[in-house]
Amino acid sequence: MSNQIIQGILLGGYYALIACGLSFMFSVMRIINLAHGSLAVFAAFALWLLASRFHVPPFLGLLIVLPLMAAIGWALQRFLLERSARGGALLPILTTFGLAIVIDNMLFEQFGADTRSLAPYIGSLSYDSWEWPGGIYVGKLAVIMFATAVILLGGLQLFLTRTRLGRSIRATSEDPDTAGLVGVDARRANAIAAAIAMVTVGLAGAFLGMRATFDPYAGAPQLLFAFEAAVIGGAGSLWGTLIGGIVLALAQTLGAQVHPQGFLIGGHAVFLVVLFVRLSTSGLGLRGLLRLPSRSAP
Amino acid sequence: MSLLSVENLVVRHGLLQAVRGVSFNVERGETLALVGANGAGKTTLLRAIAGAHPPAAGRVLLDGADLAGVPSHRRVGMGIALVPEGRKLFVQMTVEENLLLGRTARRPGDWSVDRVLEMFPNLKPRRHARTGHLSGGEQQATAIGRALMSNPDVLLLDEVSLGLSPAIVDRVYAALQGLIASGTTIILVEQDLNRALAVSDRVICMLEGRVALEGPSKEVSRDEVTKAYFGLHRKSGNVPA
Repeated sequence: MSNQIIQGILLGGYYALIACGLSFMFSVMRIINLAHGSLAVFAAFALWLLASRFHVPPFLGLLIVLPLMAAIGWALQRFLLERSARGGALLPILTTFGLAIVIDNMLFEQFGADTRSLAPYIGSLSYDSWEWPGGIYVGKLAVIMFATAVILLGGLQLFLTRTRLGRSIRATSEDPDTAGLVGVDARRANAIAAAIAMVTVGLAGAFLGMRATFDPYAGAPQLLFAFEAAVIGGAGSLWGTLIGGIVLALAQTLGAQVHPQGFLIGGHAVFLVVLFVRLSTSGLGLRGLLRLPSRSAP
Repeated sequence: MSLLSVENLVVRHGLLQAVRGVSFNVERGETLALVGANGAGKTTLLRAIAGAHPPAAGRVLLDGADLAGVPSHRRVGMGIALVPEGRKLFVQMTVEENLLLGRTARRPGDWSVDRVLEMFPNLKPRRHARTGHLSGGEQQATAIGRALMSNPDVLLLDEVSLGLSPAIVDRVYAALQGLIASGTTIILVEQDLNRALAVSDRVICMLEGRVALEGPSKEVSRDEVTKAYFGLHRKSGNVPA
């Protein structure tokens, strides 16, 4: 049993990683990015292309792909999301939904329907493990993923609270008009936030490719896991995202214990229970549901 | 040359014309009081000067440079800081973080978190408290401090005494006197006419988006301002409305 719990917690690291960007983008820019999973798969394909065609190992390939993802995030905000946000709250959601379809089909056209993985390019790391006290074997990759998630979330938290740029981003998310009046370039702050979110998506995509397989239409399930982890953790809270990821993974692991096909059902069940509890305790509405802090001054 | 010039400024909220062709100059070191009834266009005028609301016509000049098309965050860098109506603090952030945000534009000057806390000693114990949990007076002090942190040449104060108890207002104005004495150029919107006249060098009374009366604060009588405030001067025909 303790083995399952440990494996579940480590898997939670991956979910936290993929939920991190979604939660960050939602809390800072108030945008629910439905292209989140597709962008992660896009990053995985970029790494796969570098590895298979140009023999760049995936960890090295991140040095190319992460800046590329940052540039994509910046451009996405400047040219797509910023414009669509002027049309109301619903339009950015529809825009990212459309973007997801475009990315999925573009990947399909380029790479076909074959299932790929980055595992062949990372040597023995994909199956190596450490033996922990009590005869528990943990995958090296799973531990690396978990550590990455903790470092990333902690780093983001420090960045937001301790740096000038982080404060500017928080101020913009709270009140863009007043942020401008104190000297913050709100457009720039949002574009940087989008770039940061996309870097985390790139990392999540890399680990998706290393720990499992992916194909051009693998984005939707990843979005679902990210969404569930973010909602369970209370979207907008970075450490909550880690807890949400762990809770989701534990529920899936325990679900698989109960029944061989209970893996996904366990996760969905916990997600729905959390959702209904939140709905009933905080009154109806998406704001309360996602534990959104109030925007205006009291 | 005047530090700040407003020329025939027209500002609209959709179809509503809130400011209708306002012109005035502010000299360096001067304190200008804007008075007028609710809806006279004072807040809109200040927001247009700060760049938060684009004007439909007219110009705002700072040191002779036209500010047309300059966004608010760059105007802060050029030396215009607004203390907005209703304080508009970042309530999820602490007093210190709000103050540090004021320094985003990185204008050189000698305002620091410690100096603001010296000016408003009531903030000292609340330095790491979220501003959403502060009292009205503490919030107002934070809002003024945040604007000062940008080391402004022109400080725009929009109803700093709104919603505060008289004792707290006295404290805020005592702090403002220090600023005025140090030569900071100030435009302030104030509902309390006596206070506005006492603290300012010059007063402008606005009525329905226009300047109804302008004059040195020492020379205009309370009666004249009251008449302009309510539009009673029109009958006597002093100023075409």
